[in-house]
Amino acid sequence: MWNFLHKMASPPHFYGLSAKMIPWLYAAGVVAVIYGTVAGLFIAPVDEEMNDGFRIIYVHVPAAYISMMAYMVMAVAAGIGLIWRMKLAHAVAAGAAPLGAWFTFLALITGSIWGRPMWGTWWEWGDPRLTSELLLLFLYFGYMALRAAIDDTAKADKASAVLALVGAVNVPIIHFSVEWWTSLHQGPTIIKEGGPGIHPDMLYPLLGMILGFTLLFGALLLARVRTEVLHRESRARWVHKLLMPAGEPG
Amino acid sequence: MTALLSANDLCLVRGDRCLFRSLNFALNPGELMFVGGANGSGKTSLLRGIAGLLDFATGHVTWDGRKILDDYQLFRSEVVWLSHRVGFKDELNLIENLQFESALRASSMDKSAPVIERLGLARLTDLPFRYLSAGQQRRVALARMLLAKARLWLMDEPFTNLDKAGQGLVAELIAEHVGSGGLCIAASHQTVEIAAPTIRVML
Amino acid sequence: MPPLLDGFLAIIRRDLLLAWKRPGDILNPLFFFAMVASLFPLAVGPSPEQLVLNGPGVVWVAALLATLLSLNSLFLSDFEDGSLDQIILSPQPLPLLGLGKAAVHWFLSGLPLVLVSPLIAMTYRMPGEVVGIMMLTLALGTVSLSLLGSIGAALTVGLNRGNALLSLLILPLAMPVLIFGARTVSLAAAGDAVSAGIYFLAAYCMLALTLAPFATAAALKISNE
Repeated sequence: MWNFLHKMASPPHFYGLSAKMIPWLYAAGVVAVIYGTVAGLFIAPVDEEMNDGFRIIYVHVPAAYISMMAYMVMAVAAGIGLIWRMKLAHAVAAGAAPLGAWFTFLALITGSIWGRPMWGTWWEWGDPRLTSELLLLFLYFGYMALRAAIDDTAKADKASAVLALVGAVNVPIIHFSVEWWTSLHQGPTIIKEGGPGIHPDMLYPLLGMILGFTLLFGALLLARVRTEVLHRESRARWVHKLLMPAGEPG
Repeated sequence: MTALLSANDLCLVRGDRCLFRSLNFALNPGELMFVGGANGSGKTSLLRGIAGLLDFATGHVTWDGRKILDDYQLFRSEVVWLSHRVGFKDELNLIENLQFESALRASSMDKSAPVIERLGLARLTDLPFRYLSAGQQRRVALARMLLAKARLWLMDEPFTNLDKAGQGLVAELIAEHVGSGGLCIAASHQTVEIAAPTIRVML
Repeated sequence: MPPLLDGFLAIIRRDLLLAWKRPGDILNPLFFFAMVASLFPLAVGPSPEQLVLNGPGVVWVAALLATLLSLNSLFLSDFEDGSLDQIILSPQPLPLLGLGKAAVHWFLSGLPLVLVSPLIAMTYRMPGEVVGIMMLTLALGTVSLSLLGSIGAALTVGLNRGNALLSLLILPLAMPVLIFGARTVSLAAAGDAVSAGIYFLAAYCMLALTLAPFATAAALKISNE
């Protein structure tokens, strides 16, 4: 096991292994998403209170879940890179950030679309999840802006790692604060989904979508990290061998 | 016998350039190491890496048998640093600056008067630091080195911007420090003769 | 081995001495605080009901922005003149030295804000009992902000346009402090219980006090490379 991890930490090994993993992740992810979409659009029953518009939760909830998970992946990878000085971990953090930001953006858009019929407006400050997602987006922007502002890659890795760790400690606190803040206001909330009364026909497509999104996130993340690794290791011999056909002078 | 300060297979990467690799050295009490090389060859980075201010890509530095980062606090108490950015506050005067230094390094201010005297700074103690000339500011930095009870002196370009007398003073202080059992690593693109057992490293 | 507090006290003494020689530095954030607080009635209108309603929020937002303003230069001069090298290389624990800088920052920036805030509150027709709660929340909040801000200042020292970047980094992290600070004062104005908010602010302050110095120390070493 230790040997496996040690091997994984080496960029050329990772590069080779991830090439084999990505197609499987894409395939499994697409299958899960197709199931979730079809079941969610056609099989899940309509709630008494809402019309078919609620079906957007099949995109919104997985996107929101991934947006949070991506931040944790980013923070953990950054922490590993900082403490154990693993270059690959820093590459994972760098790759996870833009992905996480996009999923956060997707969650915001779909959340806004979903809430519009209920709130009568495109944005409702009183909704805790929407506001939390917005702050999460700002956290992602801060991380990416700090990386972009530092020229030296190793230094940027370390500085953004500190930021990611500080952010990770604060994310639960931010969530709690926003919940408390909106609870004072007694505004409209989106849905009591995930509660005991949820119909299985509504739940399974949701789980399918979450699984599908997670697998797709994994595939996309590996693809991004591969690019990062190539870029960072561009002077290494294994990269040269990879990119230049055999037999040509190096 | 293992050297007090040694380095193993050092490689430094700045930006995308590898400045040097497979660098080894060993330094004992009573020895001086001169690091030479053209501007931009990595002399300053090497010294900063030895001090622990930046990381080497591979390799490590050991002090007294242990890697410096394993007991960094101990190493910091044995090291004192000099560079062209002297690290004093412009608005404070000499005494106030040295008082701060002494609190940082657990050295007492009692010995400061003879040191200030010896370095020719006695008349300048009340002026805000910004009014001192570059040479005078460098001498205050030398005062810092004399007052700190540190065995390893790390000096980045200690002779630059000094006149002959100033360079002579620096050489004399280094020779004294090394002669009484201290170690010194000096990076300089000038060659200066110092009366001490010298190792030369060229980058 | 020197007593651990030597460096902490020395850096506080040094920075206070530096501030004494440049007293204007304290006034800038205070003027900014007062000006931002004046913007709202000018922009939104001076109706008394609106003022009373908005007072807590405005005071808090102004305090947050004024604190951000003064954070930018926290480590800048040390970075530029080489003092940061000496500070990092001193045998004193770097987290304690970072804590000392944050302490001076609060004393010169946060504390004056707290002391001036009743004047601003008065222009927003805040009743006397509420002003006390407001000052308490501001005191706890500005300590947290100085600590959180020292991390951001350490991460961005020496960067191009570090000022804007510092705000982008710190503002999302400061939201809990703003939310609990401002809303607790509103609750006090409405006569509701404030203990939850005060406890939260105190707890966050303790968390920041324990963890921020280590993050600041790590950030300083990284930025100084």
